[in-house]
Amino acid sequence: MMQQVAMTMTMQDMATQMQMPRTTKGAISIRNVTKIYDPEGVNVMAVDNCSLEIAPGEICMIVGPSGCGKTTLLNAIAGFHSITHGAIYLDGEMLCGPAKPKADESSDRVVVFQNGALFPWKTLVDNVAYGPMVQGRMTKAEARDKARQMLAEAGLADMTDKYPGEVSSGMARRAEVVRALINDPKVLLLDEPYRAMDALTKSIMHEALLEMYDRTKVTIFFITHDLEEAIFLGDRVVVMATRPARTKKIVNVNIPRPRTYKLLSSNEFRLLAEETKDAVHEEAIKAFEAGERELA
Amino acid sequence: MASNVSVTSGNSQMMGAVSTAPAGAKLWWLRTRKALRSPTPWLMTFGVVLWIGAYYVLSEGLQVWRFAKIPGPVAVLTDLLSKNPAWGLSIYTPDYYLHIGISCFRVFAGFAIATIVGVPLGLFMGWSIAFKDYTFPVLETLRPIPILAWVPLAILMFTGVETSVIFLATLASFFVTTLNTLLGVESIDKSYFRAAACLGSQPRHVFWHVVVPGAMPFIFTGLQISIAVAWFSLVAAEMVSGQYGLGYVIMNSYTTMTYVTMVIGMLTLGFVGWVSSALVRFAGNRMMQWHVRALALEGR
Repeated sequence: MMQQVAMTMTMQDMATQMQMPRTTKGAISIRNVTKIYDPEGVNVMAVDNCSLEIAPGEICMIVGPSGCGKTTLLNAIAGFHSITHGAIYLDGEMLCGPAKPKADESSDRVVVFQNGALFPWKTLVDNVAYGPMVQGRMTKAEARDKARQMLAEAGLADMTDKYPGEVSSGMARRAEVVRALINDPKVLLLDEPYRAMDALTKSIMHEALLEMYDRTKVTIFFITHDLEEAIFLGDRVVVMATRPARTKKIVNVNIPRPRTYKLLSSNEFRLLAEETKDAVHEEAIKAFEAGERELA
Repeated sequence: MASNVSVTSGNSQMMGAVSTAPAGAKLWWLRTRKALRSPTPWLMTFGVVLWIGAYYVLSEGLQVWRFAKIPGPVAVLTDLLSKNPAWGLSIYTPDYYLHIGISCFRVFAGFAIATIVGVPLGLFMGWSIAFKDYTFPVLETLRPIPILAWVPLAILMFTGVETSVIFLATLASFFVTTLNTLLGVESIDKSYFRAAACLGSQPRHVFWHVVVPGAMPFIFTGLQISIAVAWFSLVAAEMVSGQYGLGYVIMNSYTTMTYVTMVIGMLTLGFVGWVSSALVRFAGNRMMQWHVRALALEGR
């Protein structure tokens, strides 16, 4: 019975993919965005005149030193806070701009958070089923069936009835990506999701993410510190200048997919890493010195 | 502790399957054996014996100074367990249970009212900044007023003895519950609200799926304190006005100089209060499996 449901689901998915390629949606256009915080009468510029075009279905990696304003940009796209100047468009529609500085929060732009934000009081299956249920797209039973199926596809079939506190951080993070993808979002916003993980777990997470990406071809806006991660996952790597954030350098990663971990030791990869590293290192030094000045 | 929990959860999932996880009486035996091997039950027993021993030595044993005037444990226990108590109250007299029953009823009523009003109030205060702005100054002004100071006002406000006593028992619990619930909502990580928002929630979903469960651990900590507070404010109320109840027993024995009965009242109150706190804790653990299991995995 369950298998039958799963079968028809995948057939439907295949059909929709063939008729209408998923890659036609999820274009983000960031145009001259500036964000100035003004907490106590002192202006702090977090993002300065930043522009970036992200193609539908692209994996766009944002790299830059800590506190450079990357997350500010992500929060503006998600609608968690407003922008001061400029505009952000999603598929030609203005999310936020001069007339409307704060975007509406919506399930077409789902965030996976830095420290993980699965609801600890819900089991994995209920966490994943939450989105479709509250949006009224599915009944609770339907949402849970779909959630079970998607968790199984992500290799979490045995974990569906556990609470987030009972599974490893890697599994929790994977479930969080599934919780985002069940909403069929146009854009997935990831804010250093694998930051606290060891290199081995990270590599497993990367392959799982790419697998999920291959199934959905969702646009991914991915913030990271990890250069290797950025090149391995991304179609493009955007190096940000330190605060205020601006695009400093964009590196195209023309390595065909599917990618495997053998890539990491290839010459191609090494050359890209070198190209990116100089730009990132320069900014890291600037950020570090700026930090020292702030303390002094 | 951790292994116990995983054993039960694994067992419920693998019903019918061949599994090595013990169940029923075997599981109970396993847990008992494990508990007996840990120092906890022995230390608890030792602590109780030490306390009673010190009490005995000071009062009946060596009769140290003013302690000689205190009824000792032997005198108290003899009277408590006697079919024909010298001072009128023992486990064989129906009055004993009447006092316990009436006090329990008042505490339960006060605790229930405080919970029914305090939890929603705290949730709304934490959820809506405007609502908190309206209510918080009033709450914070009324909160430090001791229960005894409310007694005259309660007598003026309510006609019967029962209503004013329940009002006083409610009052202290209410402040504890409200404040803890408010803190509970404020303790919820902001990213849960953001996650709920970007998953397409309406405000009511956020309330029921984030605010309420997220505040739950704090609420139950608050309820445990609240029921204890209900007990001691009840006693204050019963000392002033009342014809029954454990607080009345204590105060009445003091005025009639039946000190043995007074100590019986105190010990009974302590015991009943402990049981009621344990019941609240038990209910909380049943309602928050996610919290209990996470704590168990941390080895707590």
